[in-house]
Amino acid sequence: MTDSTSAASQTQAEKVFVEALRKGDEAAYERLVRTYVGPLQSVARRYLRNEEDARDVVQDAFASVVRSIDRFEGESKLSTWLHRIVVNAALMKLRTQRRKPEESIDDLLPGFLEDGHQREPASEWAQSASRALERKEIRERVRDSIGQLPEGYRMVLMLRDMDGYDTDQTAELLGIQRGAVKTRLHRARQALRGLLDPHMRDEVA
Amino acid sequence: MVDLTCRELIEFLGEYFEGGLPSENRAVFEAHIGICPPCKAYLENYRDTVDLVSGACEDLEASVPEEVPEALVQAILKARKAASRP
Repeated sequence: MTDSTSAASQTQAEKVFVEALRKGDEAAYERLVRTYVGPLQSVARRYLRNEEDARDVVQDAFASVVRSIDRFEGESKLSTWLHRIVVNAALMKLRTQRRKPEESIDDLLPGFLEDGHQREPASEWAQSASRALERKEIRERVRDSIGQLPEGYRMVLMLRDMDGYDTDQTAELLGIQRGAVKTRLHRARQALRGLLDPHMRDEVA
Repeated sequence: MVDLTCRELIEFLGEYFEGGLPSENRAVFEAHIGICPPCKAYLENYRDTVDLVSGACEDLEASVPEEVPEALVQAILKARKAASRP
């Protein structure tokens, strides 16, 4: 995850706050929990899609913060560090739960004619992404469509395009090769484009 | 890369989008985009898809203090107190 306000710009206020956490200040800990629990629960829900698992992961993540705050060196913002702890915990939980074989994404990919032309030629969408995102129903549609992707593709898409991790970080978090990250990302984007196409072509969606 | 079919162009689209295509291949890619409206539309849809993913959860993950899940906060604080007891 790129953090443009890294090392040098960790604010003085955040340094003081982190120091209080290191000393075991209970009020500082409660403030940390109250500030970040909502956003981090949303992150955990995205990865796990199960309310109970998301709560467990957030709870575990805060316990992990207590244990590892001494290792937080201010190279990123506190919020970025917490985000990564939750994502790591969510991915770990998914690994322990994974039982069924990976689903194929092939049915969601574009089709081609024998001469290489697109089977269903793409056409311009009626609205730009920024305009579409102003509408709650479109944001929900995008989230639902992401939820239809096979898990291995959904994870890569969220890490790269939603949470801003780069290819190397995504490969490390998922324990897969860089090439696999690139391939899965491209397929996930294509599949999602196909799922959103009927809604984005239509102005009133 | 001398010429591309639409299928090949879409295979290379990920690399193109990430800036990973060598300049010679990029020129061939862009020449195809220039004469093929469906591939131009596909590229634009692809770019919009990435932007839609990026913005789809921003409203959920903004910090909204009045929506703090109190039960979870209490569970976390309780767990910490239990862990710090001798």
